[in-house]
Amino acid sequence: MAPRTYRPEALNTSKGLFVLACLLAVVAMAPIAWIVGLSLKDNKALMLGTEAVFALPYTLANYVNLIGSSQVFGWFFNSLVVAVGETVGVLVLSSLAGYAFGRLEFPFRRTLFVLVLFGLAVPEQAVIIARHQMFNWLGWHNTHLGLIVPGLTSAFGVFLMTQFFRAIPKEIDEAALLDNTPPFRLFWRVMLPLTLPAQATLGIFTFLHAWNDYWWPLISATKKEMFTLTVGIASSQTNFAQSEGLGFLSAQAVFASLPVVIVYILFQRHIVTAVSGGAVK
Amino acid sequence: MAESWRRSQWRNGLFALPFLVTFAAFLVFPLIWGFWLSLHKVDLFGPGRFVGFDNYVKVLRDPQFRQALLNTLIFVATTVPTLVALGLFLALALNHLTRATAFLRGLFFASSVLSVTIVTLIWRIVFIPNDGLIALVFDHLGWAQIGFLSTKGWSLFSVGVATVWWCIGLPMMLFLAALQQIPVDHYEAAALDNANRWRVLTRITLPAIRRTVLLVAIIQVVMQFQLFGQAQLMTNGGPAGSSRPLVMYIYEVGFIRWEVGRAAAASEILFLIILCAAMIQYVVATRNQEGV
Repeated sequence: MAPRTYRPEALNTSKGLFVLACLLAVVAMAPIAWIVGLSLKDNKALMLGTEAVFALPYTLANYVNLIGSSQVFGWFFNSLVVAVGETVGVLVLSSLAGYAFGRLEFPFRRTLFVLVLFGLAVPEQAVIIARHQMFNWLGWHNTHLGLIVPGLTSAFGVFLMTQFFRAIPKEIDEAALLDNTPPFRLFWRVMLPLTLPAQATLGIFTFLHAWNDYWWPLISATKKEMFTLTVGIASSQTNFAQSEGLGFLSAQAVFASLPVVIVYILFQRHIVTAVSGGAVK
Repeated sequence: MAESWRRSQWRNGLFALPFLVTFAAFLVFPLIWGFWLSLHKVDLFGPGRFVGFDNYVKVLRDPQFRQALLNTLIFVATTVPTLVALGLFLALALNHLTRATAFLRGLFFASSVLSVTIVTLIWRIVFIPNDGLIALVFDHLGWAQIGFLSTKGWSLFSVGVATVWWCIGLPMMLFLAALQQIPVDHYEAAALDNANRWRVLTRITLPAIRRTVLLVAIIQVVMQFQLFGQAQLMTNGGPAGSSRPLVMYIYEVGFIRWEVGRAAAASEILFLIILCAAMIQYVVATRNQEGV
């Protein structure tokens, strides 16, 4: 960023706007505080009235019960397998394809790249009916593979990696050319390490996307033991508040959001870049 | 220079092959197959007979579809301007980087990383009648209780509130990035003229970021047209279909009623709508890059 020696008064944020933003932040955080509060209360106490949340005593019983119900961990495991699988798959496919599109010449390169770009505009809902039938024939419903594969068609990763490979200075290939390095070794030894920042961005974006996906797992994973965490949490909401109690449900929400919240706190910068970049494409 | 190595070679294409095969098999093929399905009367037990555009006609005549389309349009027309205005407001308020504004930016963005099921779980517990956070606040203020999720008119509104809360981070971040791009010298002339904040905003800041405003709006149109999880989980489209969006219609026709051909036709219609928006986005985005 250019050094700014001179800052006009009008450029500074007004105090009024900032105070308003603070108030909005309080409003935006109130639901979170509410859920955390409820999750720490005894379900029976909440039955009598949720005002109880503002008074002692608090308890961790809901979280203990949560750990007792093994189902949540099964779902957690499924989400983890799917998100990691999809992330690894997308990174491998996108890096290879990005290298080809960004730095190599081959027949129909431009046509194929335009086709891939077109894929960016295809919403998942447009292919869902046919994809569901296809996975039926393949017998892939209710498998981890079946949950992972649709995510691998994401054109965004290829687009991002192509841009990144293109930005690497030409001199690097030229040096490698003198040594007669074959393309794959050049890719593996020289190019790939240079794309690590992009790999991190794409990896985080893909992981979050896969972890939070609801639409495809809802349709593909119909067996309870194959639910991902998102579908599992949704399914346990059906007899809302009657069977399990607000405290327990709230504890579930907090527990399920913990992994992403921790990842968010650790990698905030990367995540913001990844998500913003993902939107602009 | 050994340019021979750079020349076009089939072998070089092998790098792109794994992705292209996956892309063709699981995106391009279903896209074509889906169009084929939409022209046939198909049910659970396999492909049926060719019916031309019959499915499309039936879908367009279905009052449920029309209502879902109308709901989606209302939803898009209300949430998108809210997200743009609120995002712009937050970006302006938090533009000057300090510890406090960085913290608030992080806070407003945080909800974006949650999954739709957690967001809806949170908001359902906030909206429950009598016991929810909103009910408590209304009680405290002596206002009459409203069944936010079970009243016609309020249900789609409530889904919208949860959606804005969930999605506000992205518009804010995109606006912040755009505000950083405005050259400082644009403001210097204004300072010399002693222009007040409002004039600076309307004469300098907004014109400078107007493409970003358009871009954010289109991105949000594309995203909000795909509304599904929030409506399905918070209101299940109710009461009486008053909050059922298009995608939920597709889901119900395709996976609950198993009228596959008709669901495929509905999804093609949705695809067409989103494709138009995405095309506009592409044009704006490329113009944006050239302009800067």
